[in-house]
Amino acid sequence: MMWETVIGLETHVELSTRSKLFCGCSTAFGGAPNSQCCPVCMGMPGALPVLNRAVVDYAVQVGMALGCAITPVQRFDRKNYFYPDLPKAYQISQLYLPVGRDGQVEIDTAAGRKTIGIHELHMEEDAGKLMHDPWLEQTRVDYNRCGVPLLEIVTRPDFRTAEEVVAYLEKLKETLHYLGVSDCKMEEGSLRCDVNLSVRPAGSDVLGTRTEMKNLNSFKAIARAIGYEARRQMEVLEEGGQVVQETRRWDENKDASYAMRSKENTQDYRYFPEPDLPPVVVSEEHKQRLLDSRPELGEEKRRLYAQQYGLPAYDCQMLTSHRALAAFFEALVALGTPAKQGANWVMGQVLGALSARGLAPEALPITPPTLAALIRMVEEGRLNRNTAVKVFEAVFDQDGDVEAYVAAHGLEQVRDTGVVERTVAQVLEEHPQPVADVRAGKEKAFGFLVGQVMRRLAGQGDPQLVREVLQEKLGEG
Amino acid sequence: MTQWEHLTALELGRAIARGEVTIPEVTQGALERIAREDQVYHSYLTVTGEQAMDRAHRLQAQLAKGVGPLYGVPMGLKDNLCTRGVPTTCASKLLEGFCPPYNATVVERLEAAGGVSLGKLNMDEFAMGSTSETSHFGPVRNPWDTQRVAGGSSGGAAAAVAAGLGWYAIGSDTGGSIRQPAAYCGVTGIKPTYGSVSRYGLVAYASSLDQVGPLGRDAADCAAVLEVLQGWDRRDATSVERTYGPLLSQLNQPLNGLRIGLPAQCFPPELDGQTARCVRQAAQVLKERGARIVEVSLPGLEYAVAAYYILASAEASSNLARYDGVKYGWRAEGTQSLEELYCRTRTQGFGLEAKRRMLLGAFVLSSGHYEDYYRTALRARAVIDQGFRQAFGQCDVLLTPVTPAAAPRLGESLSNPLEMYQGDLYTVPVNLAGLPALSMPCGLDGEGLPLGAQLIAPRFEEGVLLRVAHAFQQDTAYHKVQRRGGLEG
Repeated sequence: MMWETVIGLETHVELSTRSKLFCGCSTAFGGAPNSQCCPVCMGMPGALPVLNRAVVDYAVQVGMALGCAITPVQRFDRKNYFYPDLPKAYQISQLYLPVGRDGQVEIDTAAGRKTIGIHELHMEEDAGKLMHDPWLEQTRVDYNRCGVPLLEIVTRPDFRTAEEVVAYLEKLKETLHYLGVSDCKMEEGSLRCDVNLSVRPAGSDVLGTRTEMKNLNSFKAIARAIGYEARRQMEVLEEGGQVVQETRRWDENKDASYAMRSKENTQDYRYFPEPDLPPVVVSEEHKQRLLDSRPELGEEKRRLYAQQYGLPAYDCQMLTSHRALAAFFEALVALGTPAKQGANWVMGQVLGALSARGLAPEALPITPPTLAALIRMVEEGRLNRNTAVKVFEAVFDQDGDVEAYVAAHGLEQVRDTGVVERTVAQVLEEHPQPVADVRAGKEKAFGFLVGQVMRRLAGQGDPQLVREVLQEKLGEG
Repeated sequence: MTQWEHLTALELGRAIARGEVTIPEVTQGALERIAREDQVYHSYLTVTGEQAMDRAHRLQAQLAKGVGPLYGVPMGLKDNLCTRGVPTTCASKLLEGFCPPYNATVVERLEAAGGVSLGKLNMDEFAMGSTSETSHFGPVRNPWDTQRVAGGSSGGAAAAVAAGLGWYAIGSDTGGSIRQPAAYCGVTGIKPTYGSVSRYGLVAYASSLDQVGPLGRDAADCAAVLEVLQGWDRRDATSVERTYGPLLSQLNQPLNGLRIGLPAQCFPPELDGQTARCVRQAAQVLKERGARIVEVSLPGLEYAVAAYYILASAEASSNLARYDGVKYGWRAEGTQSLEELYCRTRTQGFGLEAKRRMLLGAFVLSSGHYEDYYRTALRARAVIDQGFRQAFGQCDVLLTPVTPAAAPRLGESLSNPLEMYQGDLYTVPVNLAGLPALSMPCGLDGEGLPLGAQLIAPRFEEGVLLRVAHAFQQDTAYHKVQRRGGLEG
């Protein structure tokens, strides 16, 4: 039988506000245990939450970018359950009136463009972290993460393949990045994803029983887990069995998932409106202000680069693969660098240098004026391209002064016809055989002679000039 | 020699400001009286004598012209108000010995006004109860008759003021917890408008209903204390940012033309005759002061008790879930698993009434029952709110009984919780609608026990309530009648 896989995603995004959702504590990652908490986020008796409005702005910004209808009067709700990492024994979340609903995201895969529906997105607070010490047989709780703002984005069951899921997550990550609302680091847990998956006979429009997979820490893990779970469910069904609705945990080391809890054990969260927080009002004017201040998204930049600079699709994609890279490219162009030249340098040398050093684009040491100056020297014929690449490597880490470096190292191109003529004459004299070969029509020998001249000029000869003079002299003989 | 304990808070504050008595002197006297008499009443759970004397000396040294009217006046705080470094137990085994790392906003405001706290006052466990008998540390006894309850949940606060063990007290009121014990103990108490006094640092029972307020000897004392307590607090998102008018300076404004409404639904034929008579007599006194008495209707009242117990229990089941033995407070020893730690800590740590309400609350919020109970109760709440709006179209202030009858005997109510809940009929609608209401002594029943009258006003009209009560107290002496029970009885 032919099977179809149906997937929906729940993605938790940690918003990068400086302080937590309901108190002034820092959200910084990696602080000493329990060094970033207060009576409010630790749920001490009598402490009360006060909403950080910056989180609402971030959430609404994302909601609008995902095409959602923003809820004008939102509410928070309490999700009640017991666990030691949840000090109030309830999580403040949004169930009944979330930030937004009914959005969509366009994704591109090898199969073409597709629209993924967004069911809803809502704000909620993160929980703390349990640290088990098997040696001492103790469990300790670190409350630093308690109250860190999260945005949960729930899609419709619109995915059919792991490729689509990864394309969606890439697109989502790009959008969040361009909005500047999250650093989306999966390894630090600031982007977390649960996969809901079911299979059904191809052509059916009835959904099968689904499972939910947790603990997916990388795109690779997500793709593998989807493949594994789809196969597992198909096997169960083909053997005449039934898929059990359950939560499964992905074990990356074993490349397999195992059941955590089944539906019979699912908790009743007893949601009800959070009485400590008044409704959150988002007016039309406020939404407009947020839209007006919103940075351009990757999609918008790609359109602009293609239309305004005439760059090919590949370049547009590469340049917008990272917000900092796009910003660097735009700064180059603003400094007068021709767009295509700028694009080539960014995609070639800049990306190469970053990856050689293992740096993220935000950490780029060289600044746009430095690279723009370098490109201008090439354009003006003062540096040949190979020398320019060496200069780039030399100034990259310290953002050094290009003019000063070139002057100090005497790297400017030799464009003095007299010098070139003298050098050519010497080379021709020393290499009679290649000269004869050229005259006999052997093209290869011409290249050898060019190389000899360039070597004598320490690589700084203007290649165009060298070729002209050589041709001229050979013609004379 | 003057008997300072017989003065009101404002009278004592004036004597202190004039140098007729020193703060350490009155503080010492109050502490001695507590040591002597409170063994019987059990109104205090923690007496912070040393801190109180230190503070008294410091305040005395800083005494200057222009200090506020309550400067140096000793008082007590209900034990559900967080006090830095001082045990805050909510009268529960689960929080025995718990010392919060911070002060409630109201505690900070009182300190800024020169208040001297004598200690923390007994109450029903987590403010759940109408008699202060659910306290883990033993019940409060009514100073008028030690065989009777002081009311609840702010029973310790009302008993302390009645017994002269503090010139005023700070309580909290979720469904009548200030007004009802005030009535049982013959003192004056006011539950302010929801949102006018910060709840930051008040250990939550039912967050949408809880409100902090004062209990005092008379309306003027309550006005002075409330003036200190009220005001916007950025740490409480439900506190209302607005200008809060002066209360004390407005007390003597005449009542001319003020319409006082008697809701027909509050005086049913089965109401105790003495209660009805006392409240109607109070209306008569106010009429002679220039007020107009009007008969009004207050529809929706019949839903109030049921709606209150559903909503309050639902919120409580969530608010009290954090007491699990993991972070602070009492923990069951020798447990082998997380589940056992939770179960045994909560089973052994909470008293019967708290558990009853948490179970009820968890039930009404559970899937399949949420719509039938919780949502229905919210609709009832809206109906009650509408009922009050309608009534305030016909009058400025409502006058009702506080309770159907005077204080019951100890142990009488606990056996029948439903009957006990029904006794909250007059007080809970006020919390559901978020309105301000005041309880004042208006007479004695056949056994010489105090009875209370309740005044209810529209939101933020505390000033009117206090004016009416003050006018009443100018022409009556019920608030001055001395307790006859206890040690003197």
